[in-house]
Amino acid sequence: MNWITNYVRPKINSLFSRREIPENLWTKCPECGQMLFHRELAENLNVCTACDHHMAISPRQRFTALFDGGVFTEVKVPEPLADPLHFRDQKRYPERMKAAQKATGEKEAMLVAEGEIGRTPIVAAAQDFSFMGGSMGMYVGNAVIAAAERAVKLKRPLILFSAAGGARMQEGILSLMQMPRTTVAVEMLREAGLPYIVVLTHPTTGGVTASYAMLGDVQIAEPNALICFAGPRVIEQTIREKLPEGFQRAEYLLDHGMLDRVTHRRKLREELIVIVRLLTGKSPAVLADLPPPKPVAEARAPVPAEGGDAPA
Amino acid sequence: MNYLDFEKPLAEIEGKAEELRALARQNEGMNVEAEAAALDRKAGDLLRQLYKGLTPWQKCQVARHPDRPHCRDYIEALFTEWTPLAGDRNFADDHAVMGGLARFEDRPVVVIGHEKGHDTKSRIERNFGMARPEGYRKAIRLMDLADRFGLPVITLIDTPGAYPGKGAEERGQAEAIARSTQKCLQIGVPIVSVVIGEGGSGGAVAFATANRIAMLEHSIYSVISPEGCASILWKDAEKMREAAEALRLTAQDLEKLGVIDRIVPEPVGGAQRGREATVKAVGGAIKAMLKELSGMDRKALIAERRKKFLGMGQKGLAA
Repeated sequence: MNWITNYVRPKINSLFSRREIPENLWTKCPECGQMLFHRELAENLNVCTACDHHMAISPRQRFTALFDGGVFTEVKVPEPLADPLHFRDQKRYPERMKAAQKATGEKEAMLVAEGEIGRTPIVAAAQDFSFMGGSMGMYVGNAVIAAAERAVKLKRPLILFSAAGGARMQEGILSLMQMPRTTVAVEMLREAGLPYIVVLTHPTTGGVTASYAMLGDVQIAEPNALICFAGPRVIEQTIREKLPEGFQRAEYLLDHGMLDRVTHRRKLREELIVIVRLLTGKSPAVLADLPPPKPVAEARAPVPAEGGDAPA
Repeated sequence: MNYLDFEKPLAEIEGKAEELRALARQNEGMNVEAEAAALDRKAGDLLRQLYKGLTPWQKCQVARHPDRPHCRDYIEALFTEWTPLAGDRNFADDHAVMGGLARFEDRPVVVIGHEKGHDTKSRIERNFGMARPEGYRKAIRLMDLADRFGLPVITLIDTPGAYPGKGAEERGQAEAIARSTQKCLQIGVPIVSVVIGEGGSGGAVAFATANRIAMLEHSIYSVISPEGCASILWKDAEKMREAAEALRLTAQDLEKLGVIDRIVPEPVGGAQRGREATVKAVGGAIKAMLKELSGMDRKALIAERRKKFLGMGQKGLAA
């Protein structure tokens, strides 16, 4: 060790590293390997511009692109008991929660909002796969219920974007009980005569698929989304044979009669407006008249309001 | 008797007593009764001791014990005029799910339950109690029937989970489970459920979204099997003991969490050592639960069921 290694080399290193490109400017498409510039990718709603692969999109990004002018109001979700089982695997559950909150900047795995799409008032809920695999615990259950209750109160349709590995094991049986709980929410909408539209995104599996995500009046999926109850690996282990190409993907489910439509993310907004307006007996939307949805890159987190009124 | 691994010391003592008695039968005039009786007492004490402090993983083993009474045994013993009704009217009849009309204490009812089978042949036929979409769709059809004719629905839960197969997925396993849970919430007749062995995840919920839920003392009810949980969270399926502990899947914990309404006691040494007494106790619990719901009309039954599930999760476990 001398002053060259201790002092000069770090200086030289830092000089060079400063010139390096910031890491998050480019994203590699996991499907085709294409390097995508962040702004271009965001403008295309996180869909690969080369191969049309639909990458994950956060609920906030999704809502910003969905609602007119990117304006929406968050619906407050009742806070559940934290860590009801005092669950501990290799890590404690509260530690896992904190890590997920830090990584995503979100409180939990579902965001609920109200606003307008094509001047059509709706309530929307979106699941966040990047938050502990979007897993369904008490909070997600409460969010689905809050969304349904808000929709019933305002007499609006509910559009739900699902994305989850399934139930949150760290909440044990209480996560399983979110299957009937969220189904009660679906029943509330049904009784109120309000449309419930589910958009299944990659991946939607396990107890989430086997409850609210499969009970929509209209079931739409994004292209190539994995949608299943038991995952392909579990099935391959059980039946000990290779599964066919595209098994449990959106197009495969469409072929097997399990979905109404498979729709590209860029066409989704327009399609949802049409479906919602047809189901609620509204006249066709005049799309040209509307402010264009904000490109995602410029999206700003909106000010959360506590169950406030919809923007005019 | 099939002994579980933690019952090994018991098996040794009982084996010794058996040996002594066999020896005495061969040699006339030899008196071993005093010694054998002492061994019996020792075995009895040990059995009581073992079953008083079962760990969650040991409870999983007991809940899966092949000699436990299964759905079929309960139906045979507790109901008369059992009339199985088959098929989902779409694709097939699922033998993992028993369903039909019967009479319970003079009252016509619909019974639905998972059946695991009792020997190799019947286990294969019953697919080890793992239902396919057709099983849930058969249940939906039977719940509709019950609703139309005002019959209470009794469900017996005993499944490792829904079958993870290619065809089951292609035919909409998830949708079938979701619709079955939804149907449970919609019908205007009483539903009472008893978890008699394994309450495995979504496959169990699809039948157990009931007005009243009971569990046998050593049965389990969980979002995922301990082995599955261990392989995901511990990356090691051998950590099932730890996972069973963490998941809080025992009847005792579930009662504290307010997920179930009552625990049905099992004989000393588990249901497999007192099949008749267990079946009778379950019969008593069904009767009591139906009585609690008598006099409630359609609307009240549906509203009560909804409220019950919406209210779940208010209670946590003490640290």
